[in-house]
Amino acid sequence: MKLPTLIACHLAMVLTTPAQAETIYVTLEKDNALAVVSGPEGKLEKTVKIGKRPRGIALSQDGQSLYVAVSDEDTIKIIDTDSLKVVGKLPSGEDPETFVVDPEGQLLFASNEDDNQVTVIDLKTQKKLKAIPVGVEPEGIAASPDGQWIVSTSETTNMAHWIDRKTLTIVDNTLVDPRPRACAFTDDSQQLWVSSEIAGTVSVLDTATRQPVGKISFKIPGVTQEKIQPVGIRIDPDRRYAYIALGPSNRVAVVDAKTYQVIEYWLVGQRVWNLAFSPDHKRLYTTNGVSNDISIIDLEARKVVKSVAVGQYPWGVAVKP
Amino acid sequence: MTVMHYLRAFKGITGRELLRFVHQRERFISALVRPLMWLFIFAAGFRSTLGVAIIPPYETYILYEVYITPGLLGMVQLFNGMQSSLSMVYDREMGSMKTLLVSPLPRWYLLTCKLLAGVMVSVVQAYVFLLIAWLYGIEAPPMGYFTVLPALILSGLMLGALGLLLSSFIKQLENFAGVMNFVIFPMFFLSTALYPLWKIQESSVLLYRLSQYNPFTHAVELIRFALYEQFNLQACLITLGALAFFLAAAVIGYNPSKGMMQRRGGPN
Repeated sequence: MKLPTLIACHLAMVLTTPAQAETIYVTLEKDNALAVVSGPEGKLEKTVKIGKRPRGIALSQDGQSLYVAVSDEDTIKIIDTDSLKVVGKLPSGEDPETFVVDPEGQLLFASNEDDNQVTVIDLKTQKKLKAIPVGVEPEGIAASPDGQWIVSTSETTNMAHWIDRKTLTIVDNTLVDPRPRACAFTDDSQQLWVSSEIAGTVSVLDTATRQPVGKISFKIPGVTQEKIQPVGIRIDPDRRYAYIALGPSNRVAVVDAKTYQVIEYWLVGQRVWNLAFSPDHKRLYTTNGVSNDISIIDLEARKVVKSVAVGQYPWGVAVKP
Repeated sequence: MTVMHYLRAFKGITGRELLRFVHQRERFISALVRPLMWLFIFAAGFRSTLGVAIIPPYETYILYEVYITPGLLGMVQLFNGMQSSLSMVYDREMGSMKTLLVSPLPRWYLLTCKLLAGVMVSVVQAYVFLLIAWLYGIEAPPMGYFTVLPALILSGLMLGALGLLLSSFIKQLENFAGVMNFVIFPMFFLSTALYPLWKIQESSVLLYRLSQYNPFTHAVELIRFALYEQFNLQACLITLGALAFFLAAAVIGYNPSKGMMQRRGGPN
């Protein structure tokens, strides 16, 4: 190797590897497995079998374990991030798909679509604490970072149910557009964003009044409206931009989180459902269910850098620093 | 023969070609309008809004207009090569070719000068096209605009040499329509300019093979990879090989004693 090349290589290594290394975990709904991808370059490291139909995924606060909703086994499995072995199971109730861990890391809330309830699990004792009845087909679930609210959205009732984190009871319901799929709080807990799959909209609710303060619609030239099905939502910590996964339109929309205007659309793989930020919020990872890959978006350069094949039906994604 | 003579001939030939280029602004514009129509109209109709599957050098999903851009750069050069072939035939009919060929400099040198002059024009056209594509929102990586230059020169040379070879076959200007039908169109359509090879393979293995052996396919791939800062060795070697073959055949073709001009009677 010539000297300048050598220096360049070293420089590149110093500049890229240590600072940003991150691990991306992707649940593969059809492969019954978990794909482990090293970031930010996006190299599939390994795939491990974890159980039938894994979907929702979240990292524990200490980053030591992953919670994965293994839908067809009616449980949420706890997986050690180092050994990738199952170290525990949580009584999630039937067919868990999505869940959220509260900001204190004490309770886990899982939506049970078929039973119309939200199961509350104590993470310390790994026991079921309570089942909160909600609307028909609960799907989206979010916890406010200030620890005050848990919100569950029901796909058939078309409502966001506001659950008080302390009393574990519903205190309010907000009607939203048809088939609310996912919801997310802003980091300051002041707003809740809810995506409606059939309506093709995202509603922004004010946490204090629990009433809508804005609505976002999408229009992509050349793509029919039915294909625009908003699902996953990620809002950056400064609440400047929000990123919405638009399902079979194969796009992620970038929305100005202040004016609720769509800024642009990024083309990713087929049927993009869920999104996750890198720990430094410089990248966004998307799971593309039909094209069996994840796309890596550089948020500083504002473009899709790469799509990496991971396995069949990638569903959920979690990123560990 | 001194270097001065060679230089003078080079200056003369390229100067004439550039002058022609500057004076025929319509030609320049029409050469640009053709790929732009493909980009704005054909690609729009074909848009494939849901993304084209990933093939190297692309690392993620792209829109059809992004895919087609390197192919249209190839098209600019293909037509430019044919255009210079047309002007060779014209020169021959007008008699200015004689003035060129009676020069004591070697024939291969004169033809290479002619070729280089044509390539210069096509590279300028290609960059103007890239600029318009960029304004339309088709962006390659910034360095790609530099790395594509050698690819454009090589593919331009290859297609120009093909043009030269063809011009040695064509007896009269009127026959040029045949070139359009039998050379330009098959070359363009049976290549990766408009659709990836796997897509052609899906519908017909024969067409896939033909496209695979089409030097234009490799010129387009060379440009495509270079535009994304990558080097495609296979495409480069095949383009180089085709260039050597076409140029050698053209030199023979223009040899009055054994070339096509002689056999076909040539213009008087």
